[in-house]
Amino acid sequence: MGLDIRTPIGLIFSVFGVILTIYGLLSDRAIYVRSLGININLVWGLTLLAFGTGMLVLSMRRRRFLKKLRAHA
Amino acid sequence: MSLAAVDWLLMAVYFAFVLGIGVVLKRYVTTSSDFFLAGRSLPAWICGLAFLSANLGAQEVIGMAASGAKYGIATSHFYWIGAIPAMVFVGVFMMPFYYGSRARSVPEYLRLRFDEKTRAVNAISFAVMTVFSSGISMYAMAKLIQAIHILDAPFAKIGLSSALTFHLSILLSALIVLGYILLGGLTSAIYNEVLQFFLIVAGFLPLVFLGLKNIGGWSSLKRQLPTAFTHSWQGMSSAHTNPFGVDVFGLVMGLGFVLSFGYWCTDFLVIQRAMAANSMDAARRTPLIAALPKMLFPFLVILPGMIAIALPNPAAITINPSTKQMQAASLTGKGLIPAKTDQFTGAPKLDSNGNPILDYDLAIPNMLIHYFPTGMLGLGLTALLASFMSGMAGNVTAFNTVWTYDIYQSYINPNATDAHYLWMGRVATVFGIALSVAAAYAASRFNNIMDFLQLVFAFVNAPLFATFLLGMFWKRTTGHGAFFGLLSGTTAAAVHHGLTLPLGAVAGIKGGWLGAVHIYPSEMAQNFWTAIWAWCVCFLVTTLVSLCTRAHEEKDLVGLVYSLTEKPSEEHLAWYMRPAVLGAIVIAIALVLNLIFW
Repeated sequence: MGLDIRTPIGLIFSVFGVILTIYGLLSDRAIYVRSLGININLVWGLTLLAFGTGMLVLSMRRRRFLKKLRAHA
Repeated sequence: MSLAAVDWLLMAVYFAFVLGIGVVLKRYVTTSSDFFLAGRSLPAWICGLAFLSANLGAQEVIGMAASGAKYGIATSHFYWIGAIPAMVFVGVFMMPFYYGSRARSVPEYLRLRFDEKTRAVNAISFAVMTVFSSGISMYAMAKLIQAIHILDAPFAKIGLSSALTFHLSILLSALIVLGYILLGGLTSAIYNEVLQFFLIVAGFLPLVFLGLKNIGGWSSLKRQLPTAFTHSWQGMSSAHTNPFGVDVFGLVMGLGFVLSFGYWCTDFLVIQRAMAANSMDAARRTPLIAALPKMLFPFLVILPGMIAIALPNPAAITINPSTKQMQAASLTGKGLIPAKTDQFTGAPKLDSNGNPILDYDLAIPNMLIHYFPTGMLGLGLTALLASFMSGMAGNVTAFNTVWTYDIYQSYINPNATDAHYLWMGRVATVFGIALSVAAAYAASRFNNIMDFLQLVFAFVNAPLFATFLLGMFWKRTTGHGAFFGLLSGTTAAAVHHGLTLPLGAVAGIKGGWLGAVHIYPSEMAQNFWTAIWAWCVCFLVTTLVSLCTRAHEEKDLVGLVYSLTEKPSEEHLAWYMRPAVLGAIVIAIALVLNLIFW
């Protein structure tokens, strides 16, 4: 298939990660009483950002690999 | 319960991506095979995650958490005894025939192996079933959105009555699913299922973490709950000493063998995902790759239910008044699980002993609301919505394929061009979704009709695996045998249901309508035994009728039956890519999990 699924997954999780991280930095600490005092937005936002970036790196490596194959053919 | 801008933003991003994936994929869909089979071009890991997610509709997520709250860790039997062995079996032993025969659907395999009438029975019952399942999924989602009141505040702002929530939820979910399937066909559905898999993990993993931390870890959870809740096998020796009310034979044979193999090995909804794989090896690995995360899902979906019921006094957690207020924990409930309330008076519903009847289905939504602050809450709800929609989309893609190939091309218009069938597939998507919407409204108005239909589907499905087992592994099985076996299996299921009742139920939809001659300790026991009876009768009748009818020519069965098909070679694969090795690893891990939670 023409679309490498890692690209949209990488993108959406990076976007989610960025939104949650920024919100985690700006939000009032008081809302984290619910999550046992942990700034879950910040922690999980950074985790998702790392996952999303990882997926994007994989899809880019794949694209470069395919380009090389085509160049050789 | 109301959401903040950031929660809506996360949801909007998800919807934009879902439709965006469809738009990008549109230009790759040029033939009917692209639309219905994803061009048989996907790698194993994508098909595997889709194989898992297609079944992981929100009813599964919500239902498993509800069952976790009601029965505890024993719910894991649906995974470690139920799904896993069946998934290994379909990958290692059955996929060579499904994929190798080049059949485009499960009913088409039945025509190749048996005859036209067997295919027709399977295709028509399957098509009806998918439309209703998708409708029920849509109905459940709309009900949930209504129950947690997330749309009330924005509706009030634009002057709409909150009574419209239900209609708008149905309309919107139908349009989105319609949009991405029309654009990208099965590939679109599969890609969104993979996305949903990651979303569910992303949304629920922090929930489990916070819940466990709050309650003080697994050992503390164990102390809070009755012993039977944290041991999956203790008490299984007798139907009267475990919460399911099922004895060990009924469990292993009914759930582990008949029902699970019947679902995972014959249901086109999941098999279609493996058929989209790019090679025989990939198709065989698909269910095995799916089995690995599937084994761990009890920790994501059952555990939150158990935590919800175990929390001693959730109301004690204070919430800052400046933040959005939390849904008031119902005083009559237990833990985070509220009692069901009367629709008109608002008073809690009580059972005959005066205890409140708990609404277990709210375990997951209440856990999300309880632990997640603004931001994460948006992500958690998005994950839940994603699983509702991909559950629907799975049914719709299976429906449009079976309708177009097995009903339209076979009986209505056999000689059209490929472009015409591609067009028909898109038309089928539209009316499949329209019928699902109708089914969703039927479900909201006549609850009994839905219960009745689900019962009929259970009767139709129960004997299926006997037919496939005999068909694939005994070359003497004939078309007449398969057809009459299926009919008598379904009849046996109905008769068994009519003659038995679960303890404490009245004759009617619960059974006993022919006069109850046996009482089972629970509804689950009755279901398992209905399936066992249906399977045995189908197996017996198929065998007998086959022996009395003329066998198929052996040359017609090459590629369709075990003894006449060359075994797919695994020599060229690295050891960790071989289906047999992967299967053994999966079974070993499942065994260890059973022992740990014994």
